[in-house]
Amino acid sequence: MTERPFKLTIAALGGQGGGVLTQWLVDLAKAEDYLAQSTSVPGVAQRTGATVYYLEFFPRAAAERAGREPVMALMPVPGDVDCVIASELAEAGRAIQRGLVTRERTTLIASTHRSYAIAEKSALGSGIADSDALAKLARNSAKRLLLFDMEATAERNGSVISAVLLGALCGSGVLPFRKGAFEQVIRSSGLAVEANLRAFEEANQLAQRADGSFTAAAKGAPLPPVPATARTPALQGLLERIHRLPPAVQAVVLEGARRAIDFQDGRYAALYLDRLEKVAALEQAGSVALLEASARGLALWMSFEDTIRVADLKTRGSRFTRVREEVRAPPGQLLGITEFMKPRVEELAGTMPVAVGRWMLASQRLRRLLSGATSGRQIRTSTVSGFLLLYGLSGLRRWRRGTLRYYEENARIVAWLACIGSTAAVNYPLAVELARAQRLVKGYGETYEHGWRSFQLLLQQVPVLEPRSDGGAQLALLAEAALADEEGLALRGALLALHAAAPARQVATA
Amino acid sequence: MAERSFAAEVQTLRLGAGAVFEGEGILAVTKALLQSGVAYVGGYQGAPISHLMDVLADAEGILNELGVHFEASASEATAAAMLAASINYPLRGAVTWKSTVGTNVASDALSNLASAGVKGGALIVLGEDYGEGASIMQERTHAFAMKSQMWLLDPRPHLPSIVAAVEHGFELSEASNTPVMLMLRIRACHVTGRFVAKENRRPGFSAADALAAPSRDYGRIILPPSTYEQEREKIETRLPAAQRFIQERALNEFVGGDVTEVGIVLQGGLYNNTLRAMELLGCADVFGASRVPLYILNVTYPLVSEEWVKFCAGKRAVLVIEEGQPEFIEQAANQMLRRQDVNARILGKEVLPIFGEYTVDVLRTGIGAFLDQWAPQARAVGEGQATRKTAVSPEAAAKLAALVPARPSGLCTGCPERPFFAAMKVLQKEIGPLHISADIGCHSFATLPPFNMGNSIMGYGLGAAGASAFGTDGGKRAVSIMGDGGFWHNGLTSGIGNSVFNRHDDLTVIIDNGYSAATGGQDILSSRATNEHRQGNHSIAEAVRGIGIKWVRSTSTYDMRSTLRVLREALHTPERGPKVIVADGECQLNRQRRVRPLVRKAIEQGKRVVRERFGVDPDTCTGDHSCIRLSGCPSLTVKDNPDPLRSDPVAHVDNSCVGCGVCGEVADAAVLCPSFYRAELIHNPSLWDRFAGLVRSGVIGFLQRRSERRRLRIAL
Repeated sequence: MTERPFKLTIAALGGQGGGVLTQWLVDLAKAEDYLAQSTSVPGVAQRTGATVYYLEFFPRAAAERAGREPVMALMPVPGDVDCVIASELAEAGRAIQRGLVTRERTTLIASTHRSYAIAEKSALGSGIADSDALAKLARNSAKRLLLFDMEATAERNGSVISAVLLGALCGSGVLPFRKGAFEQVIRSSGLAVEANLRAFEEANQLAQRADGSFTAAAKGAPLPPVPATARTPALQGLLERIHRLPPAVQAVVLEGARRAIDFQDGRYAALYLDRLEKVAALEQAGSVALLEASARGLALWMSFEDTIRVADLKTRGSRFTRVREEVRAPPGQLLGITEFMKPRVEELAGTMPVAVGRWMLASQRLRRLLSGATSGRQIRTSTVSGFLLLYGLSGLRRWRRGTLRYYEENARIVAWLACIGSTAAVNYPLAVELARAQRLVKGYGETYEHGWRSFQLLLQQVPVLEPRSDGGAQLALLAEAALADEEGLALRGALLALHAAAPARQVATA
Repeated sequence: MAERSFAAEVQTLRLGAGAVFEGEGILAVTKALLQSGVAYVGGYQGAPISHLMDVLADAEGILNELGVHFEASASEATAAAMLAASINYPLRGAVTWKSTVGTNVASDALSNLASAGVKGGALIVLGEDYGEGASIMQERTHAFAMKSQMWLLDPRPHLPSIVAAVEHGFELSEASNTPVMLMLRIRACHVTGRFVAKENRRPGFSAADALAAPSRDYGRIILPPSTYEQEREKIETRLPAAQRFIQERALNEFVGGDVTEVGIVLQGGLYNNTLRAMELLGCADVFGASRVPLYILNVTYPLVSEEWVKFCAGKRAVLVIEEGQPEFIEQAANQMLRRQDVNARILGKEVLPIFGEYTVDVLRTGIGAFLDQWAPQARAVGEGQATRKTAVSPEAAAKLAALVPARPSGLCTGCPERPFFAAMKVLQKEIGPLHISADIGCHSFATLPPFNMGNSIMGYGLGAAGASAFGTDGGKRAVSIMGDGGFWHNGLTSGIGNSVFNRHDDLTVIIDNGYSAATGGQDILSSRATNEHRQGNHSIAEAVRGIGIKWVRSTSTYDMRSTLRVLREALHTPERGPKVIVADGECQLNRQRRVRPLVRKAIEQGKRVVRERFGVDPDTCTGDHSCIRLSGCPSLTVKDNPDPLRSDPVAHVDNSCVGCGVCGEVADAAVLCPSFYRAELIHNPSLWDRFAGLVRSGVIGFLQRRSERRRLRIAL
């Protein structure tokens, strides 16, 4: 049987250094007395798209024995690839999609980190692909699978992912090349040699230990446990009220109550619990779905992002620390922080007493005047004056209950809870979805208003949905449609479909 | 300066006879040109031959040593016209561009060149942008060869074959007085390999020699009656001369095989993939020994009837492997063979797809079907290779498509064009949708998510021309986009001049990023960087004023407020007439390459440097992602929501952020949300910085601790 070339595919993203890695591998093959051929299709894919590099290796000695050079293909062939190395998890999925990974022969080496595609990032809700499903797909598709977080490895060593990929290839042992030769190509390239060698070594070792096991980090932050005693004894009463709720929802309600305190004060947390206890009375036996959804939605709604809240969050010490970490400012490094807050007249009016705020919104002249004065304000929170401005604003908290924004949000919350209350007895699943629909109301400015409009449209459907056994499911579909696009096209379509189907249904049941 | 530097690689162009050259296909082409004694070279960049232009630019010193003249031509038409030097003089010239788009642009000059005929070898190196990775409409260069009677080489994607094709190309051109096109498919341009070099040759005749003793022949002028004579010459003299040369020099290859009742004819460029497909089918080995006889067309136009007859005679069936459509070779084969009463059945598009790239997988299926029908004995089902199938079933494919997110190309991190298109998005929210005539360049990516903007693309520099029909009608004004590359390529006259002359009332936005950025950052007339070989720094605004535009505004794309202001003005002003906005912002890829080392050096030298980057506060971010829909910056991504009450991911700026400021601008101009912040990292702070820092942290720290204590006083 004649020797066949070794076939390697690199699935990468534009800008990840796939070209550098390919050149390293060509040099490596030459040093190890192999004939090598590489090809790629850079072009526009280089600009952040998915790119594929393809290499074939053939022992020079075998070619010499035959007295002829092998003919190497210019592209990977489904079912005929020995090793696929993917610099990102979805790209591993794409290689599988292209049929390049097979159980019969392909070793798949992939990084478990994600670099989100635009469709995943721009969804109105969450559009992120399921990493666990991708990893499972990889496990089912490859002959041998090595998974680890290559980006983290690169990061830890101040290096780049191409060096990690090379190290992983070395550690996997799929290529018949000596480790010293791998290291030599990094040295010969002469760029960031030390960091690249460190990353190479770590990846080499990780690959030797790696297998196909991987579980994506659990989505969402965990809820802290519910303590027996409140940190502030005066609030023990509130905690005990939480203790009396079903155990399954206590943690989420505690978080909600803490949010209410953080937003306003203890009295506000008591209001939160008052409202929730009413919902608890509507709960069906054996279920906490309504209570759970209401606890989340109510806490978020009651801690709406008014100017006071934003100013408060922006001026906290913990926030300053977080910024330092995020931008990797070493201790002692001077750091300036500039905010991009652009309060519109609506936001300013929202901070005013109800009557004043309404007058402000009604006065066209004032509107014009203010929009000129507030547009494009950049506040430097790291300076004394900028900080004091926001700090002072956050101090308006004590008058918040009198502000226009509070008045409006409170009225909306009351109406929403009333709707949940009246629905729960008739159509429990619908009430649960109604509670969940709160997640449409988010964002600022126009985004918020758009969300609020969608939410109102959903509320208006309640009378139609209430008599229907699939009312809850239908409302969930509408909520999903509302999050499908910014223009509200999907929601409009879903509403039309709902109303078109409704009469037909009645006929059928009659 | 181009994105990729070949400064080190071009040294291999100096290799002498017997040395082994190793490198990319494109570098090999350059070396082959020098070995052929080329006197002048030109071209226009564009994938997949952008790197050829970059190699030539980086090799300018070496070219000059050899007395070779190199030009970064203004357009493909310019490059093609440059070949006029080979009409009257024994000067070898070569030009290069992306095909078929560049060939379209060059067609006028090419037709005239082909009609006049050449004395010196004229070679046109074409990057055939077809199949995976292509960025243009899918067409064949083959048609140009046929209509103008130019010869088309399609060598095996193997460095020695490519180098030989360059050398033979010049000889064929001279032997038949016809320009020759050499086409390289995308992967062939980037394939690596080796070949044994020859000595570089100085051109035997120089441009100076020509200028010293100009030669003229009315027979070479494109006017009647010369043109009638030229057409006769093409068919009666040049074509047979070419066919003779191809035969005598054995430019096409024959590979024997024991299953002689069938045969396969293939384009040279498909050789490697065809042989791999055959190997997988068990009818060839890894070294290219085939059981089925092969006829490899390294010259795909003209075809040589005698060779076809020789190959096909006595065969029951012959498969023609010809990528793209229409199937010119297959049609010609039928005609040639029927005329000669050779009755081999010709199969081509019957068993292979009519359109689309011929991947190994496609070839495997097609050749398999051919052999199954006509010569099943040719397939050795030995090593289980014949049964190897595509791994993914249709049902699995549908599932995978839902699981694996698509990853379209997009604007780079910090791209200056992003804030412009974000501004356009904001503007359309205000005034409703606009008709937008898009153009070729990085800005073409605005037609993709998240911008989804642009109604048509008519070609490079043709953005403004593409909106001509909407130029004078009342109502909402049409908006055209044009890049600086397209502007200088032809947009100044085809678009701007046209709108002046025809008294349009519309708006053209010229996006000036300082380079021909999409093709790899080559310099153009308005580039501001210094370039020792080129003269840049010519103002676009002055050029449009010079051609008659009265309403010209400039804006920095990073200043969205200013951009929105000029856009609103352009669309609302009662002033009629064509309007031009020059939207300026340097290509961030080029800028970072330029600026980064300088910043690093300044920090090392102890100079005060402020580095900026952006961030998002996760506690005020509500996870609605409107910022991402307006910006789409790769560094603006999402991460898990740290808030246990929320589930939608929050926006997050990763460490690839270059601090261009677009997110802040977008958040501000679109009144999005207050979550963005800019962090300014001060390196080597001054005494004042330190003092102010102390005061600030004192006051701020005190107040922060105070409110922290208050929060701790009421804690659940």
